Amino acid sequence: MAQIKLSNLRHSYMPNPQGPQDYALKEIDVTWRDGGAYALLGPSGCGKSTLLNIISGLLTPSEGQILFDDQDVTILPPDQRNIAQVFQFPVIYDTMTVGENLAFPLKNRGVDPATIKRRVDEIAEMLDVTDMLDTRASGLSPDNKQKISMGRGLVRDDVNAVMFDEPLTVIDPHLKWKLRSKLKELHQRVKATMIYVTHDQTEALTFADEVVVMQEGEVVQIGTPVELFERPQHTFVGHFIGSPGMNVLPCEAKGDRAVFEGHEVMLEGPTHGDGGRTDLGIRPEYVGFGDTGIPAHVTKVSDIGRHYVVSAMVGNTALKAVTEHQVPEPGSEVFLQFNPEQSRVYRDGWIATEERAQ
Amino acid sequence: MRTENQKAWFFVLPVLALVAFNALVPMMTVVNYSVQETFGNNQFFWEGLGWFEQILRSDRFQAALGRQFLFTFLILLIEVPLGIIVALSMPRKGVWVPVCLVLMALPMLIPWNVVGSMWNIFTLPKIGLMGYFLNDVLGINYDMTQQPLSAWITVIVMDVWHWTSLVVLLCYAGLVSIPDAYYQAAKIDGASPWSVFRYIQLPKMKTVLTIAVLLRFMDSFNIYTEPFVLTGGGPGNSTTLLSIDLVKIALGQFDLGPAAAMSLIYFAITLLVSWVFYTLMTKDDAQ
Repeated sequence: MAQIKLSNLRHSYMPNPQGPQDYALKEIDVTWRDGGAYALLGPSGCGKSTLLNIISGLLTPSEGQILFDDQDVTILPPDQRNIAQVFQFPVIYDTMTVGENLAFPLKNRGVDPATIKRRVDEIAEMLDVTDMLDTRASGLSPDNKQKISMGRGLVRDDVNAVMFDEPLTVIDPHLKWKLRSKLKELHQRVKATMIYVTHDQTEALTFADEVVVMQEGEVVQIGTPVELFERPQHTFVGHFIGSPGMNVLPCEAKGDRAVFEGHEVMLEGPTHGDGGRTDLGIRPEYVGFGDTGIPAHVTKVSDIGRHYVVSAMVGNTALKAVTEHQVPEPGSEVFLQFNPEQSRVYRDGWIATEERAQ
Repeated sequence: MRTENQKAWFFVLPVLALVAFNALVPMMTVVNYSVQETFGNNQFFWEGLGWFEQILRSDRFQAALGRQFLFTFLILLIEVPLGIIVALSMPRKGVWVPVCLVLMALPMLIPWNVVGSMWNIFTLPKIGLMGYFLNDVLGINYDMTQQPLSAWITVIVMDVWHWTSLVVLLCYAGLVSIPDAYYQAAKIDGASPWSVFRYIQLPKMKTVLTIAVLLRFMDSFNIYTEPFVLTGGGPGNSTTLLSIDLVKIALGQFDLGPAAAMSLIYFAITLLVSWVFYTLMTKDDAQ
């Protein structure tokens, strides 16, 4: 178990990076508390797997340091870092039994047989695979295989961190949920620092205490799931998290108001900075309907079960609203009301309003 | 209710006809010859299993069969491990991959009789580059036209040169199909290079290796052209493998009955050993 600190980390796959565009990871600075559950969330190609491989030691970063409990491990190979990693596709040793698979990391480290037996039995019990210990691992279903590869990571009691690289990709949807709760349960039992890489917001938000959202090699926001939802620091976070994502509407900023398609909108607080492109960001959940407000033309209404998603046009700008009742007819004219507490201006993508003092 | 669809047979018919034409019919003529004596003029006399008995009892056949098994055994013993080692040491990414692949494929592209002639000229004492080098530069007494041991070494080296590539390419195909995650996981698990080979690479190569062993067994067991061109079965009978002996009986002596019986026995042995190999090597998967 360890606290993990990434300090001024940069990585490029090119031998002589010229500018920021050549870096797969640009300037990463984070500290992860010992025993926490973290998720790295971002679209494919945002550098999250690169970051994971740097932490596990499969890659050496171009610049910066990785510290486990203040010990510099930047150049240590994976087997000396005492980390465990679970990959996208389950990695199991086909010719071995389940038990032998679980014992393998301990055997390689010369642990005595009695301890191996005890640890393997413990982990097997935790993963509900005790009855499979003597079967050949090659015949297992993908979810059980993935459990075994998790188990191989957890079997060592000296692991600093367990890392998951999109571990549920090949698992059937109905088992994903089961495996995810198993993971959560395991985290509570073993108390290891866990880092979970995914592009699926549901997985990230349900698993992690804190989510690191990445885009193009940069960390755009670190926060609890609620923070990410309630107050996105960047339009990317707003858009990437939530379904449908945050409305990002071109506007002009004027003090604590924004002018959007000629209509004034109250913001959560005064804007700062100037220049650059300004957008009004508001989540569909906070767009309501009323007798007065911004006139809009409803283009489409989708019933997605729990609620309705209303697509509307204000002038030439399309936006979405989520509502549970008061569903307007497609083609009708309505008035939209933006919740001021949840209306913010973003300048060049980054948040540019201040939270009003409560 | 099950409905019978007899029309399905029409779809199988072309295949049946093809198999009959290229396998069953020729084979039945061999069976026909193997149980009869013929003196030409299409006169046949019933012999029963006489030829089979005669062949199986003959010292000549037993000696040729022994040589054949020894040859195949040595070929597998050398080519399979060597092929695995070469495949393991080939680069898996980068500009050298196509170069290596082409170099590996080259020997297999050469016609078999050309391979025989090449090695014949190459190894002739005095004239051939290798023969000259061994005898006159290194002072090793080597003459594959006179010494059985030299002839055997030459035949085996020639086959290794010609066919190890097949094992290499098949193993290589198996190796490149292993996802990186396996190697990464092994690193994290602290596995030694031997464990990586034993528990990751070998199991992943197993299917292609089964095919490689089977192909190399069948090809080396049925080998004819290259040793025939190289040594003609000599010196004496020392490199007369089964197929060379068979051709001698069939076309040299024109003993069609015994030759037919012998080729059926030959075929049965190839089939039996292939089946045993296959069953043994795929036994684990059936569990």
